[in-house]
Amino acid sequence: MENNNGKKILDKATELRIKLGEELHDSVMESIYAEAATIAGNSVDYMGNKKNYNFDRLVDKIVTSRYLGFPIMFLLLALVFWLTIIGANVPSQMIASVLVDIIHPALRTLFIDIGIPSWITGLFIDGAYLAGAWVVSVMLPPMAIFFPLFTFLEDLGYLPRVAFNMDNLFRKAGAHGKQALTMSMGFGCNAAGVVAARVIDSPRERLIAIITNNFSLCNGRWPTQILIATIFIGGAVPPYMAGIATAGAVVGIAVLGILLSLIVSWVLSNTVLKGEASAFTLELPPYRPPKILQTLYTSLIDRTLFVLWRAVVFAVPAGMVIWLVANVTVNNIAIGAYIINWADPIALFFGLNGVIFLAYIIAIPANEIVIPTILMLTVMTANIAGVGSGNGVMFEADSVKSTAEILRAGGWTLLTGINLMLFSLIHNPCSTTIYTIYKETKSLKWAAFSTFMPIIMGLTITFFTTQIYRLLF
Amino acid sequence: MNSVNKCETCPAHIQSNLVKLGIDMSDSDFVVALAGNPNTGKSTVFNNLTGLRQHTGNWPGKTVSRAEGGFSYNNKKFKIVDLPGTYSLLSTSTDEEVARDFILFGQPDVTVIVVDATRLERNLNLVLQILELTDRAVLCVNLIDEAKRHNITIDERNLSRQLGIPVVLAAARQRVGIDELLKMIYEVASGEYICKPKKIKGINNSGIESAINELSEMLKMEYPNLPNLRWVALRLLEGDQRIIDAVKNKELGVLEREDDLQENVDKL
Repeated sequence: MENNNGKKILDKATELRIKLGEELHDSVMESIYAEAATIAGNSVDYMGNKKNYNFDRLVDKIVTSRYLGFPIMFLLLALVFWLTIIGANVPSQMIASVLVDIIHPALRTLFIDIGIPSWITGLFIDGAYLAGAWVVSVMLPPMAIFFPLFTFLEDLGYLPRVAFNMDNLFRKAGAHGKQALTMSMGFGCNAAGVVAARVIDSPRERLIAIITNNFSLCNGRWPTQILIATIFIGGAVPPYMAGIATAGAVVGIAVLGILLSLIVSWVLSNTVLKGEASAFTLELPPYRPPKILQTLYTSLIDRTLFVLWRAVVFAVPAGMVIWLVANVTVNNIAIGAYIINWADPIALFFGLNGVIFLAYIIAIPANEIVIPTILMLTVMTANIAGVGSGNGVMFEADSVKSTAEILRAGGWTLLTGINLMLFSLIHNPCSTTIYTIYKETKSLKWAAFSTFMPIIMGLTITFFTTQIYRLLF
Repeated sequence: MNSVNKCETCPAHIQSNLVKLGIDMSDSDFVVALAGNPNTGKSTVFNNLTGLRQHTGNWPGKTVSRAEGGFSYNNKKFKIVDLPGTYSLLSTSTDEEVARDFILFGQPDVTVIVVDATRLERNLNLVLQILELTDRAVLCVNLIDEAKRHNITIDERNLSRQLGIPVVLAAARQRVGIDELLKMIYEVASGEYICKPKKIKGINNSGIESAINELSEMLKMEYPNLPNLRWVALRLLEGDQRIIDAVKNKELGVLEREDDLQENVDKL
């Protein structure tokens, strides 16, 4: 059926539109605004008092000021990290002492006593169980501190101010101002940050936000950053400076991530994803006192347990793989050792080592298990006597000090530490994030690009760091 | 004409549009849309009405996709849809289109408009635009506790009289006003309360009224039962591409004509 009448109506509309002139839209808007003003004027009484607004405005003037905005942002970031670092230590050790020191040997004894073959005990107790236990004890306490703090800042209304501060930088990089928000989400979890990029309307800018989200140091990576910084950066300065130097190094890595996401955004928007940055309205909401209990509930249930569960699900099979590469032998040498020996010369070129390479391949499902994998593989190859719990058994070193001893015995130096911190920031996203990128972009090409681009960048940066370091020292 | 009208107003017909918009209509009597400016607490109101725990946050644009939930009141089942927050329904961002299409084509039984009590004047711009689209709305003036702290008082009766819809003062975070809101949603949905919404007048353009009337007449001939003729006419005069397309591909007609429905049935 022809839609003749529809066409007639449209023709008439066009005719009338031309007659009415171009200012029609403005007149309509004006009349709406005038109407709104009249109605509000009739039914709202401000009692001649607008003082309270001035407080919000005063705070905004400070936290979004040109000179103080960024220092305040970095200080808050450092404070959140510092609280997380010092707060998580004790509960982490307590959980580990129960799950790893008490339950693990008990399970082992039980399995051996009822006559289960040793390879099954190895695969499930030393591999799967221990990986899960490690992830819970290392991740749960910092997340239970970090996420509520982050949600607190969010509920308070600070996040839009961050976006406001960053907006200009992102626009100059050809990206959307809201990328500042998705980037902040990425500090919690990159997969969540990738999903959050839905708030950006333009497909081009959304893609940039998705690809660069990996440069937000995610929750799974900062335990690595904190541990390595404590050992190698904190260890390189006098003891009274160690705490500040460590927190400073971690913030430094986080800030480097922000810089990289700006630089990569700029490069992308000037090459493959060309286009103008689109404008958007960002209303700075009033500061609202957060409801503490609700903040705790949503951040603990919705974020902490959600992320933790995901990590455990991925860590358990990874733990089995780790046990296998360390225990399946060819000519009496574990296959893990073969791979490490083969990768070592190449890795040394980048100031890393074969253990780190293999650890990053095994740990693709979850960044959280990188450090335990590295420790286990290092013990296996360096033949350190008296530590660990046997071949291929992931373990938590009793203290930072003994972790340091293991790594140093494995040939680690300050350079290895720095490069591991850099590579931990700049490498492929975890498999959950890669899959999320694929789901959000519906493109294998962009998912692959988001995976390999950071690896190439990371290797390039560690290579040059290594060359410069060797020139200097 | 009369026989056509009967079919169009039958609930099954309206429901078919909602199903097309992705709403599972099995098992609910009324559909409620939740609209409003960004960051006015729509998600908090949504959580309070449904008992769900959608994550809320103090930043604009938090609700990225449409959230749905349900509740029952007076033995009637309500389906509630949390629309993305928007500043207007006029420009072209995806959010605004989602919200507008839902109210225009979905024809929810009630649209709850959540506004920030401390920013009422600015929020009313959106309210007036929504009232052009639908006749069945409830205004929820949220964050009334914050307004109190700022020494702002709001005369809800006066506001209700001027807008022609029920007005409820609420502080959703403290669950203040939620019961009253539920009651008003029910009254509007069931037809106990008949809204007489304010329509935009006094546009400063000499020819506008006659142009709107002329076009409305033509639209009325084609779509005799369209509830928001004036608004569609105005959008066409302003050259709104989405509405022009809706006329072209007969999307407006789907709301109206039984032969279109028959076509859909034939396809099955």
